[in-house]
Amino acid sequence: MKILILAEHDGLQLSSSVHQAVTAAQFWNSPIHVLVAGHSADAVVQQAASIHGVERVVHANAAHLAHPLAEDIANLVASISEGYDVILAAHSSFSKNALPRLSALLDVAMISDVLEIKADNTYVRSTYAGNVLTTIQSTDAVQLLTVHGSNFTAASLGGNAEITSTETPAAFKKASWKSEVRSQSDRPPLGSAKIVVSGGRSLGSAEKFEQVLSPLAYKLGAALGATRAAVDAGYAPNDIQVGQTGVVVAPELYIAVGVSGAIQHTYGMRDSKIVVAINQDPDAPIFQVADYGLVADLFDVIPELTAAIQ
Amino acid sequence: MKILVAVKRVVDYNIKVRIKPDGSDVDIEGVKMGINPFDENALEEALRLKEKGVATEVVAVSLGTSANQDVLRHSLAMGADRAILIEASADLQPLAVAKLLKSIVTREQPNLIILGKQAIDDDAGQTGQMLAALLDYPQGTFASTLQIEGEEVTVTREVDGGTETLALALPAVITADLRLNEPRFVKLPNLMMARKKPIETINAAELGVNLDARLKLIQVSEPAVRKAGIKVNSVEELLNKLRSHEGILV
Repeated sequence: MKILILAEHDGLQLSSSVHQAVTAAQFWNSPIHVLVAGHSADAVVQQAASIHGVERVVHANAAHLAHPLAEDIANLVASISEGYDVILAAHSSFSKNALPRLSALLDVAMISDVLEIKADNTYVRSTYAGNVLTTIQSTDAVQLLTVHGSNFTAASLGGNAEITSTETPAAFKKASWKSEVRSQSDRPPLGSAKIVVSGGRSLGSAEKFEQVLSPLAYKLGAALGATRAAVDAGYAPNDIQVGQTGVVVAPELYIAVGVSGAIQHTYGMRDSKIVVAINQDPDAPIFQVADYGLVADLFDVIPELTAAIQ
Repeated sequence: MKILVAVKRVVDYNIKVRIKPDGSDVDIEGVKMGINPFDENALEEALRLKEKGVATEVVAVSLGTSANQDVLRHSLAMGADRAILIEASADLQPLAVAKLLKSIVTREQPNLIILGKQAIDDDAGQTGQMLAALLDYPQGTFASTLQIEGEEVTVTREVDGGTETLALALPAVITADLRLNEPRFVKLPNLMMARKKPIETINAAELGVNLDARLKLIQVSEPAVRKAGIKVNSVEELLNKLRSHEGILV
């Protein structure tokens, strides 16, 4: 029995979620291989090889993998899938684009965003916007899944995996990568930040969102998050949306500012260690999931809080 | 140009589903159902392409029991030209859905297929990608903008940390994100008219697709709920509380 992890990276840096995927993969007690698909991503290959618990890094190097398309990733994984009993990746926009495509190519069911591995074919995942935990068993010979990164501890460094290279199938001709826009930020990435400051529609405008929340986030070294309502109103970019259809976070401290607490939002932050809610409405549902609630006008207390933090 | 839109019938997004006392499944008996919100975005985009003169026909397809006629009527009322119901059990899994959709694509030969990026019941987010793979079509998932020029569709996708733009040769599969558009409201007269439009019904068994469930439901349960904590009265009190937790505020 062998396990293959599809690694996510940006060409230079391996995603930290790969370490969490390695921990998830250790459930099967079998050799773990990591596939790094990219173009001249040798640094990433080295990083993957140094994860404790990885036996082999399989390197696919091709020009058309510089900005990998789901079509090419799925074709590549399918081409080397023989002999692997489990294929997994950390759940992200990368894996949820490519792995369902692979699932159809291999004709095996896929289990998305696994929260807990119960047995070698049995998993817990969330459904109905996080309202229901569902335990399911896959009857397929190959187990194909994505795992919810923050539910698994990150595997440590100190490994020394062997590195092999593999042939890459010809590029899929019917799709091409054109461009990307990466949100520029000197703040920590939302998905892995220790502290997250999140704003809701009560902020009132994009200018106020920035003016009120940025100084606090800066002082705390926090990432900024937003509710879907704030994103839809144009106060914040879509990639900082916290919730069911956005990013799921689990920081040490989550500060919800002017956030009502819709279930779609709380799904994305309820695993936070400590939750602070600041809202003028004492009946806002966010207080039901907050450790500390402050009923107050955010435009008064956020500057006060910012000033009080060293 | 013909566009096929797949619409799923799901528990209304405002409803918090209950779990059966024995934990064997969710209890959706008598619960309000409706069109999956992401599929409504998919249909809206198809209709806008038709209104712009890019598309000539929009066909809505749904899979499930005869109860699914309501989401197809809704689709017709929004403006779909035709509706197809593939009659099957209500709890098909994504791979089976993708295979059934493939057979409809083979029959209808649409230039573009648009689906929601995920259904709000099982939250799997797989069907569009699976369908694209089965057809060997390019895919543009989590689309927030879509533009068609000639035989090519340019898609902006919402990805972690930003957006990405791809060009896909038609025919292609697109999955819609919520920000793709704001679906129109259905006017009552349109709903009345939609009641008179025929819905073509095809029995899934006739399509020669293996519909066996690959995933077995073992049990469902409620997630642990976070308990409400305490209310503090001032910023100072809040800071004192936070400082009492080691290592939170440095």
